[in-house]
Order: sequence, then structure tokens, then C-alpha cells
Amino acid sequence: MRELPAYYGFWHYLGHYGLRVLVALVLAFLMLPILIIIPLSFNVEPYFSFTEGMLRLDPDAYSTRWYEQVFNDPRWILSIKNSFIVGIAAATLSTVLGTIAAVGLASPVMPFKRLITALLLSPMIVPVIIIAAGMFFFYTRFNLVGSHLGLILAHAALGIPFVIITVTATLTGFDRSLYHAAIGMGASPLKAFWDIVIPLIRPGVISGGLFAFVTSFDEVVVVLFLAGPAQRTIPRQMFSGLREQINPTILAVATMLILISIALLVTLELLRRRSERIRMGTSA
Amino acid sequence: MTNTSSAYLRFQNVKKTYDHESLVVKDFSLDVAKGEFLTLLGPSGSGKSTVLMMLAGFESVTSGEISIDGVSITRLPPYKRNIGMVFQNYALFPHMTIEENLAYPLTVRNMAKAKIRDRVGEYLGLIEMQKFGKRFPGQLSGGQRQRVALARALIFEPSLVLMDEPLGALDKKLREQMQYEITRLHQMMGYTVIYVTHDQTEALSMSDRIAVFDDGIVQQCASPAELYERPRNAFVADFIGENNFIRGRVSKVEGEVVHIALPGGDTVTARAESELRHDQEAIISVRPEKLFVEPTSHASDNRVPARFVTRHYVGDFIRYYFQLSDGTEITVKVLNDLTAPNFSEGDEAGLVWLIKDCSAYPA
Ligand SMILES: Nc1ncnc2c1ncn2[C@@H]1O[C@H](COP(=O)(O)OP(=O)(O)O)[C@@H](O)[C@H]1O
Ligand SMILES: [Mg+2]
Repeated sequence: MRELPAYYGFWHYLGHYGLRVLVALVLAFLMLPILIIIPLSFNVEPYFSFTEGMLRLDPDAYSTRWYEQVFNDPRWILSIKNSFIVGIAAATLSTVLGTIAAVGLASPVMPFKRLITALLLSPMIVPVIIIAAGMFFFYTRFNLVGSHLGLILAHAALGIPFVIITVTATLTGFDRSLYHAAIGMGASPLKAFWDIVIPLIRPGVISGGLFAFVTSFDEVVVVLFLAGPAQRTIPRQMFSGLREQINPTILAVATMLILISIALLVTLELLRRRSERIRMGTSA
Repeated sequence: MTNTSSAYLRFQNVKKTYDHESLVVKDFSLDVAKGEFLTLLGPSGSGKSTVLMMLAGFESVTSGEISIDGVSITRLPPYKRNIGMVFQNYALFPHMTIEENLAYPLTVRNMAKAKIRDRVGEYLGLIEMQKFGKRFPGQLSGGQRQRVALARALIFEPSLVLMDEPLGALDKKLREQMQYEITRLHQMMGYTVIYVTHDQTEALSMSDRIAVFDDGIVQQCASPAELYERPRNAFVADFIGENNFIRGRVSKVEGEVVHIALPGGDTVTARAESELRHDQEAIISVRPEKLFVEPTSHASDNRVPARFVTRHYVGDFIRYYFQLSDGTEITVKVLNDLTAPNFSEGDEAGLVWLIKDCSAYPA
């Protein structure tokens, strides 16, 4: 630890340690509600609170019965399947469209840049309930309500802003002369884009795609409006589970979701670092 | 070179505006012969890169024509122009190895794999970097990256190669080394080079011809020697090398030679580089190394008295600072030998020079 400056007096020390305590409290405030779920999901009793046995760390007070229940319930299985289908399809769509949009917006000859950017980012700013309601009325006309396709399109729209933001961020550091160099050497614009631009903005594309996936994965409002029983996703199933069958199954699912999120974040960071190295041209 | 029918690359009244208001390139006309090393020299922001970008096809031409071998390329997309280009920041693809970088222009031309390998090997040899083929650009020094960029611009054997301040980021010693490398490869392979720089030393030492570019037009296009010794206007005289400028008024015109009356009362004769009329305000230029301090054995046509101010010791020569009676400051370069005179401040001395070393321009 760094030595504190010699001129520190009482108030300096108070400020110095006070700040650290405050930061710890904020962190606890953010993390505790999430972390508390994990031990509770192993409760042998169908309650949402710590039993005496659990507090004594008695092994008999813990079980994996709620996890078994999740995997034996066809409704949960269906919702897990749906979440992944919709999430992956929507993220793919968002990534492709968002990347193309970001590249177009980065072009120096693009007219009405600000207006178009604002429009494309609006799904992130407009309250989801409004988007969901709008989509409901709009999609009804095309028979998209109660279909996987409708849900995928809706979630893709919600995910695109994340991709645009992350890809735009990587593009600001992109040296256009690399693209020019490739074209000057005889590559068609499409080939130059694929060979040169895409590999170099990959960190942004990957993060954007994962953000889009997570957005779809925990989205519930649009699902409430657009999904029929066959399109129920995990959050939707948790939502009804909360009302119908109050037991820690939900906590088991929540724990799994936390683990998936952590896994995604770690993957994201590793991929980003690797691409960053490639971008800097020092990977072997 | 002046024979227009032999022009390989030709700019005809090329104009360029980015904002539809002001012309960055006002009226650019230039003929370049096949195999020539032509340098575009001009101050920063004068539009040199813009000219190169139009030639490469990355910027559109507002009006005018650019043609190669008599065929207009103005409407040809950049990837069909077959022009090699070296960028100031090298523009090496950071995610590809040196070999992959060199192979890229060949790959997009669908050359056979084995042939690509041979060619890449050959060019790695040419820039003496055989050992570095598997490295990434980020693992090379500035000079090495520059060599790779050069090889990559040449490997698909374009007949025209553009270089935009390619040595700008290198230190002095490396720059001289690379200047030699660039001219060596040019002489060996005989392609045509359009080289852009704002560094006149670089331009003078490398080029067959230099086009001095300023204010959106070519001020003068000539060989390095002609540019240095017979600058066509005051801008070129000032921009190329060092120069002394003295203001005066034309007192007599005798064909090519004009007499100029200086404010201090003396009259000097000079070569008129452009039309000068009697009684017109004029400015004459004399290079510091063409001036001599009396007593001297050098022949002289002109003499003006001057007052010694100070001298700076440079090494191989000594720089003397004088002032004319009207306050004009004059620099004289004197070889550092036994004859270098000693003055103290305020001493009077005579400065002499020849007509042929002295040009007059309208002020
Ligand atoms: N893409 C562009 N858009 C607008 N103005 C530009 C652009 N590129 C260059 N300019 C302007 O054109 C002028 C000439 O620039 P440039 O050709 O880069 O000069 P040089 O290479 O001689 O330094 C400068 O004033 C510059 O600001
Ligand atoms: Mg430039």
C-alpha cells in the first residue's frame, strides 16, 4: 500500500479512510441483494429466508432440490430454450445491423449524422413500456405477436443501440488510411471492409453483441406484450412463477443467470483483450 | 519532358473544393514523364495530399482531368487504378504479419499461392528484412515499418507510385538512409514516382523535378538546380533554401537586366525573372553563399556598403549578419578558412555579388 503523505492531519486521515468506508458501503449496497440469492437457492425448505439450520451451516439444511425441480419442469425447460433462441438470434441481428449502422455513421460524408444517431439510439432512451406497447400494436398488423420472429425482431431493435455505441467507440480509433491502403492495393470496398475493418473493430463488435444478448436475455416488458405461452422466456417464467408457485425454484434460476452473466462478462473481457492485442499488432 | 505527347501522367486544370466555397486546389496542371521522380513540395496545408488523394482516387476531382497514358482516370474507382501508395503513417495492417501485409495486394489479384510466396520472399530480400516476415508491424521499428510500407507499395509492380511524406515520422539519420533506399529502388525498377514532402532538402536531393506548390497552384516546376538557382518568383526564392531580400525601385530596364535603386542611394543590377517596368517597386534576392565580404578576390558586379552586426559560428562555415543603411538585414555565409574576416559590431564593410546570382521580382 502506498504510504500516506507526511503532511496528513486528522481531517486528511478522516477523509482518506472515510472515503474507503463509503465506497465499501456502496459496493455492499449494490452486491448484497444479488449475492444473498445464491445461498438461499440451496435452502431445503420452500422459504425465501435463512433457516436456523442454514445459519448453523448444517449440511442437512442445504439441498439442490430446486435446481432439480427447474430441470424437471417442462415450462422452465421451454423458457430456457426460448431465452437462448431469442437471445442469440436477436443478438446476431443487432450485431450485423448495428455494426453496419456504426460504420456508416463514422463515414465523413454521412449527412444528418446527429439526427440519425439519435433515432437509432432512441430504443435505449424511450421507456421500454412505450416501445413494447407500440410494438404490440404495430406487430399485430403483421401477425408477429405471439411468434418467435416478432420477439426476435423486437429484441434486436432494443440491442442495436448497444452495438452502435461499442462499435462507434472502436471506430473512433480506426485509421481510415488502412482502409484506403487496402483499396489502393486493389481490394474492392467490400473486401477491404471484411479483411481490414472488421478484424480491427472486432472488440467493439463482440462487446456490442454480448450486450445485445444480455439485453434480450433479461428483458421482460416486451415479452409480456408480445410473447404467447410458446414464447415464454426465463424472466417471463420467473415473473409468473413469483405469483403462482412461491418457492426457491426462482432463486435457483436466478443463481444460474448470475453465473451465466459472470461467464459472459469474463468471456467478453478475454475476447476483448485478445482482439486488442491483435489490433495493436503485437500478438504472436 | 516538355514534349506534351510524351507525358505519362497528366493533370489538366484540376480543381478541388471540399466545402463548395473555397478551392483548396485552384488550377493544377502538370505533366510527368514515365519513370520520372517528381516531388510536390509545398508548405503544410497547401493541398499536396489532396492532389495525391485525387490521383489515387480517394477524393473526387471537382473539375479538370487526370489521365495516365492518355486515358482519363477521373472516373475510375481507386481499386482499379493500379497505383502503389506509401502513407505517412505507413498504414500497415496491424493484425497481419509482415508477410501477410506484403502478400495482400497479390492475394486480392488472385495470384497463385506459390508465386505469392516467391514474390514476398524476393521483396523481403529487397528491403533486407528476410528475418522479419513472421513479425507483426507493432514489433518493428519506425524505419523497418517504413521499408515494409515501401515494399508493399511496389510488390504488385505498379507503374505509378505515390508517397505522401513517407519519411515525416523518422529521425534525421534514418530519414537520410531511407531517402537513399527510395531512390535506389526507383532507379532499379524504373516506375514513376509522385513524392510529396514539405522538406526541401529531401526534395532537392531525391527528385528529377520538383513542383513547388502553394496557394493551390504550381508556382514553379523545374529540376532541383534550376529551382535553386533561378527561382521564378519571390515565393519560390524564399521557400527554397535561404535567401536575402532587398527592396528597391526599378531605375532602368536593359532587356534581361534591370537596375534597381535602393533606398540607401546605391544602385544594383539584377536579372529580371519576370516583366519589370521602369519605376516599379521591385524586390531582389541574393543567396547568402553568393555574397562576398570585401576585401575579396571574387569577381563582382554589385557592391553595397553594410554595417556588421554579429556572426554565428556554424562549423564548416560562419554566418555573418549585416545591416544596410535602410535597416535591411543581410546574411552572408563565409567558408570557415583563414580568410574569414574579423569584425567588431558597427564596422563598415562592402558586400559584393554577381548579376547572375541576383534575381529581381515585382514587389
Ligand atoms: N477531407 C477534408 N475535408 C475538408 N477539408 C480538407 C480535407 N482534407 C484536407 N482539407 C483541407 O484542405 C487543405 C489542404 O490540405 P492537404 O491537402 O492535407 O494539405 P497538405 O498535404 O499540403 O498539408 C487544408 O486546409 C485542409 O484543412
Ligand atoms: Mg499532407
